[in-house]
Amino acid sequence: MNWLKTHRNDVLLIAVLLILGGALALFLYITRQAGGYVSVRVDGELLMELPLREDTQIVLGEEEHTNTLVIENGTARVVEASCPDQICVNQGAVRYAGESIVCLPHKLVVTVEGGQANDVDAATR
Amino acid sequence: MKASKVAQYGLITALALVLSYLESLLPPLGVPGVKLGLPNLAVVFALYRLSWKDAWVTSLVRVALVALLFGNGASLAYSAAGAALSLIVMGLLWKTGKFSSVGVSVAGGVAHNAGQILVAMALLETSRLAWYLPVLWISGTVAGVLVGVVSGVLVKRVPEKK
Ligand SMILES: [Zn+2]
Repeated sequence: MNWLKTHRNDVLLIAVLLILGGALALFLYITRQAGGYVSVRVDGELLMELPLREDTQIVLGEEEHTNTLVIENGTARVVEASCPDQICVNQGAVRYAGESIVCLPHKLVVTVEGGQANDVDAATR
Repeated sequence: MKASKVAQYGLITALALVLSYLESLLPPLGVPGVKLGLPNLAVVFALYRLSWKDAWVTSLVRVALVALLFGNGASLAYSAAGAALSLIVMGLLWKTGKFSSVGVSVAGGVAHNAGQILVAMALLETSRLAWYLPVLWISGTVAGVLVGVVSGVLVKRVPEKK
């Protein structure tokens, strides 16, 4: 307990940082929304938007630079990719607005977006 | 430059390299290229054993070496931004004289990760990566405690320059 006494400032700082980090996580968790659709961007350019309600499978890119995107049960994930690091595949499924899957080697960003698709649905109901 | 100082620089650079290598073996934290910041240990050591200026030199050498040996363009941008932000925050806390290497490196670890994610957001042109901020924030704190404790021990145990 001597260490705690001599390092009071350090302990305080760590506690404050942990609380801030936790608060940030909590804030993002509370304000999360279910996703409506995913946007697919390559090199920052919007390629397509796919509604999460419709299950589908699509191969993005061409030749040696492909990512296979699957939409299933309201989630999106990359099931297969030709990139060297396979990070996009290991990232798993995303479903909440703001979540994204990134494949840096292929400059691909798949982002879950809120609303829209649902709005269209509500209007037709 | 004295021979003893050269030896210290050699030790610190070797330390940074070994830790960078170790870190390159670890899985990335959500965003490709974003790292935990273990080599910060070398920078904290330089800060407490040598000086503020030496910490900058160590940090520069580390970013350059890592880019040459293990990096690509994106990870260079991340590590440079992370290193700069972390160094500024650590320097400010260190100057107050109120914190040990633990507090300083914890703040540095969080700043390092925040810097990386901000650059990733800019480079990938998406603000959506904010989601990873709390993850990196907490892991930066934990890594910072580890780095701070170990560098504190190193500063005590490694013989002082003659
Ligand atoms: Zn990939």
